Amino acid sequence: MLDATGLELIAQELRESEGEQAVIETTFFRGRGTVEIEPARLRSVLERLREKGYAFLASVHGVDHHPHEPRLGVHYELLDMGRVDRITVKVRVPTDAPEVESVTPDIGAEEPGGPQRGWPTADHQEREIYDMFGVVFRGHPDLRRILMPEDYEGHPQRRDFPVGGEPVAFTFNEREALGPM
Amino acid sequence: MLGAHGPAAPDALRVRTLNAHQLLRGSDMEGANQPAHLQGTELDRYVQERVLTTTLDKTVAWARSNSFFPLAFGLACCAMEQFHAAGSRMDIARFGFEAFRASPRQADLIILAGRVSIKMAPIIRRLYDQMLEPKWAISMGACCSSMGVFNNYALVPADKFLPIDVHVPGCPPRPESLMHGILKLRKMVQDDPDLGWRDRYDARGTEEVIGSDVKGAQNAPSTAVNVGLEGDTAGA
Repeated sequence: MLDATGLELIAQELRESEGEQAVIETTFFRGRGTVEIEPARLRSVLERLREKGYAFLASVHGVDHHPHEPRLGVHYELLDMGRVDRITVKVRVPTDAPEVESVTPDIGAEEPGGPQRGWPTADHQEREIYDMFGVVFRGHPDLRRILMPEDYEGHPQRRDFPVGGEPVAFTFNEREALGPM
Repeated sequence: MLGAHGPAAPDALRVRTLNAHQLLRGSDMEGANQPAHLQGTELDRYVQERVLTTTLDKTVAWARSNSFFPLAFGLACCAMEQFHAAGSRMDIARFGFEAFRASPRQADLIILAGRVSIKMAPIIRRLYDQMLEPKWAISMGACCSSMGVFNNYALVPADKFLPIDVHVPGCPPRPESLMHGILKLRKMVQDDPDLGWRDRYDARGTEEVIGSDVKGAQNAPSTAVNVGLEGDTAGA
């Protein structure tokens, strides 16, 4: 299992291969290691971890750190199926430029960073994060809303989005809830 | 009951009793007690014991209310309870409601069992419009009545887009509750078969109609969805 020392070793390896600025922060909390990285280095970091055995992208999450900046986060939960070992990769982007490179598509040999296999499982999850948090995944093959109606405005899981809903008309507040009848 | 109509003309009453007499005669001719020999109050009593009269409306309402055909349709956890209402323990078949229909064309009761998202609402409305009249709607559970714990951006209460006849509270309601709701609806249908929802909800012209009727009325100002037209198989 990954421990705090192992996490630091991985972070050090990433710094050596991706540059000193690539790793922003490491956190080890309740047996789970998290490494926060620079968004521009996302794909190569994931590829490096895949080579180390973390070959299964278990899930992708969106996070809103409101009111802290940079506000929006995307978490990639990687799993090493052989050793049953997990690591979380985290990127954070500001709301005025909420762009993260999509990890879904393959990168061809002629493109920068290629050739590299994609993570097809991220397809729908990136669409959901786009839908709910408004993070734009650059290079995603089909970035559309997945849960909300296509003409919906706003990204409802952002923490400054109004909860919405309807005033419930019980007998005692029927008049206020339904308005003049 | 025959014979109980007080102010009716004596002649008319006599004609009706004689008709009833004729009606019963065939089977009773061979019996020992031949009603042909009965007269006056005895004949009246004899007829009262054997003939029931009512209005056609009441008979139709009685028949309808005892054989709802619910649409086989569930949205969330309430649907599990809905299945149980049809299962052997509650067994709404006892009341004649067990024939869940897979097509809205064959159903006359829609049970909204679960939460209705704003994306699902137009689809449900379309299913409802495809059902043949007379039709009824039950909103089952907190979510589609008052949106319950999901009172947020994603849901819409059923009353906003459907004329709901009965709300069944609960989260989710037990099968007994749903059964009670259906029986309430049965009572409503028996008491007042024409619930008049189209007038109440100002919904004239939203009927979905099939085939030749539509082609002649294409220019009519109607919001009906023309499912019978060429290339549109959604309602088939």
